[in-house]
Amino acid sequence: MSFDASSGTSLLYNLRFRAILYQVLAVGGIVLVGLYLFSNVSQKLAEQNIATGFGYLSREAGFVISQSLIDYKPTNTYGRAILVGIVNTVWVSIWSVALATIIGLFVGIARLSRNPLLAFLAFLYVEALRNVPLLLYLFLWYALIVTSLPAVREAWEILPHVFLSNSGLTVPSMIWTSAHTIILLALILGGVLAVLVQRRATAERIRTGQVRMTWPLVALALLVPPILAALFAQPDLTLSIPEKGRFRLTGGSQLTPEFTALLVGLALSASAGIAEIVRSGILSVRKGQWEAARALGLRDGSTMRLIVLPQALRVIIPPLTSSYLSLFKNSSLAIAIGYPDLVMVSNTTMNQTGQAIEGIAIFMLVYLGLSIMISLFMNWYNSRVALKER
Amino acid sequence: MTTATDIAEAQLKMPALREPSVERRLFHRTLKPLFGTPVNAIVTLACLWIVWLGIKGAYGWLVTRAVTEGGAQACKVGHGACWPFYEAKLRFMIFGVYPYDEHWRVALAMILFLGAIGITMIPRFWNRNLLVLWGVTIVATATLIWGGVFDLSYVPTTQWSGLPLSFLLSAVGLAFGFPLGVVLALARSSKLPAIRVIAIVFIEVIRGVPLISILFMASVMLPLFMPSGITVDKLLRAQIAIIIFAAAYIAEAVRGGLQAIPRGQHEASSAMGLHYWQSMRLVVLPQALKIAIPPLVNISIGFFQDTTLVTIIGLLDFLSTVRTAMTDPNWVGIAVMEGYVFAAVVFLVFSYGMGAYSRFLERRMRLGYD
Repeated sequence: MSFDASSGTSLLYNLRFRAILYQVLAVGGIVLVGLYLFSNVSQKLAEQNIATGFGYLSREAGFVISQSLIDYKPTNTYGRAILVGIVNTVWVSIWSVALATIIGLFVGIARLSRNPLLAFLAFLYVEALRNVPLLLYLFLWYALIVTSLPAVREAWEILPHVFLSNSGLTVPSMIWTSAHTIILLALILGGVLAVLVQRRATAERIRTGQVRMTWPLVALALLVPPILAALFAQPDLTLSIPEKGRFRLTGGSQLTPEFTALLVGLALSASAGIAEIVRSGILSVRKGQWEAARALGLRDGSTMRLIVLPQALRVIIPPLTSSYLSLFKNSSLAIAIGYPDLVMVSNTTMNQTGQAIEGIAIFMLVYLGLSIMISLFMNWYNSRVALKER
Repeated sequence: MTTATDIAEAQLKMPALREPSVERRLFHRTLKPLFGTPVNAIVTLACLWIVWLGIKGAYGWLVTRAVTEGGAQACKVGHGACWPFYEAKLRFMIFGVYPYDEHWRVALAMILFLGAIGITMIPRFWNRNLLVLWGVTIVATATLIWGGVFDLSYVPTTQWSGLPLSFLLSAVGLAFGFPLGVVLALARSSKLPAIRVIAIVFIEVIRGVPLISILFMASVMLPLFMPSGITVDKLLRAQIAIIIFAAAYIAEAVRGGLQAIPRGQHEASSAMGLHYWQSMRLVVLPQALKIAIPPLVNISIGFFQDTTLVTIIGLLDFLSTVRTAMTDPNWVGIAVMEGYVFAAVVFLVFSYGMGAYSRFLERRMRLGYD
């Protein structure tokens, strides 16, 4: 009898049984909560007579989107409208990332300058941007553009044919034709060729030990395909040049105040974070590396490029990935100043159709998917620059 | 052959090194870094020019061109800082729509809260008494803000607004997010696969989407998930979203701390006969959390700034009340810079203060105190 009782308790004290029990309890609990919430939702939706499912994506949207890179008319579907939102989100994120990286690199290096005044200014820049919420800056930049800049009629001509006014920045643009697409593709091909040639040359140099001048060959590989393509495709080189009329600007292409404010806000805020990342990356390279490079006769620029930056990159890449990711997610603040990004378009869609769950599900999935893609790409890049250990 | 005595003699024969003159030292310390090379001199001059423009602009706006008297009309004509705007709207910007005659209650609550934070920040007071202090502070601030007892009139959450609301959202978010985050971090480093997968999915999904989407979810979807007849307060919904968001980020900071603890600590505590929870509570977590303090402070700074996003779902946080003050019919279009500059300075002071504290903690930890 007593033996049976002890075997009964021993099952509870069996580690493997406990492990399984805990996991079953956790999964079961989550499933139960999920079912409960699901039953609540379906009851509520039935009560309020809200349709479910993604059928609405193929219905006519009927609202105007102020700017779009792909063709869009109010008669297009909700699905198309959401696609426009996705493209707009990606578009502003790409330009902001590029701008933020360039500014951040310079400010990060400036913070380490031996010139105390420059270092101090860089410090002020970083702290002023890091300690104030991005949303406040977005409102501020937008207000400055809309209220402080002159009306279109009195637009400032900051460069010949570049106009700045309270309806944004107007710049000359090219009328894009298929010939331009061909040249762009040829340029990409040239870039790939140039990289291949450079690699070949490096391998050759390592094998033979002889230094040869390689840049003319690389330049040739880069430039010949687009020039050939230009000769064959005969692109139309007329520019659309903005001209100041009596009441409005005609021609050219326009960066709207919303886009400009969002671009500047995202890029400046992220650049402060990137500057700190670059600074700590460079500081992580030991002083001995600089001294050894100097002893080998390398100049300061070459030391930075060949010795310090490759080592600093190992430290820089992982935090840089998260700052790119947070910039991408922060682009959702566009809704506060009215740039038609994914969140704003989804919000309009939800208000019109009443299908909140589907709307939120779509934009969360898109953000999640793009975030995962960015981190996969950056992890791949990181594994290339990471220390190769045996 | 050179011997040690030879070297010593040679050294004696060398002329004594003179201390460099004052002018030389001055040159090497201050002027050379600024004007050492032509490029450096140009950079310095450019920087001086920027500093001059900044000082001139700020001084002109704040002092020489400032409008100190009159009302909105005077400010409309002038081009400098509009002090009458601050005079008229300062209390609204800070306290929002909280009943005007009861502002002293929120002000007192904020002083208590900031005082408690100040005491908590001093390492000398890190002991059990802090729990008592916080218990008292929480009860006192909640009583003051909520009211409904001791002759204090009841103030519904719809009237909670302004700077106190921003503090409340971030403080409660972190206070509840922290234990949840620790549990998530432990779950993510658990040996049980199902528990680990649940934690990973939760953390990565929350970290992969913007805070706005979680706020939207809380404000639009949460009411649908509740059984019929139960409504959740709007403020509470936003607060839940912030807690969930904070927990995912705190979990990652704590996981960083957990990973820094060597295996030997786990093994030694098992050898001592401690079971999982005992070894976590008594051995691993105290060490891991200490390592995680600097990143946790940085997360707190970020959250204090991120609470501004609740303005998008219609709560009146500090940034919203400032914007509301700016769009008051009497002042609309006049005090744009004034409002944003005030809000920016408030955020700058608190965030920079916390950042400086985080750097102090890191330095202290590097030096290996406690």
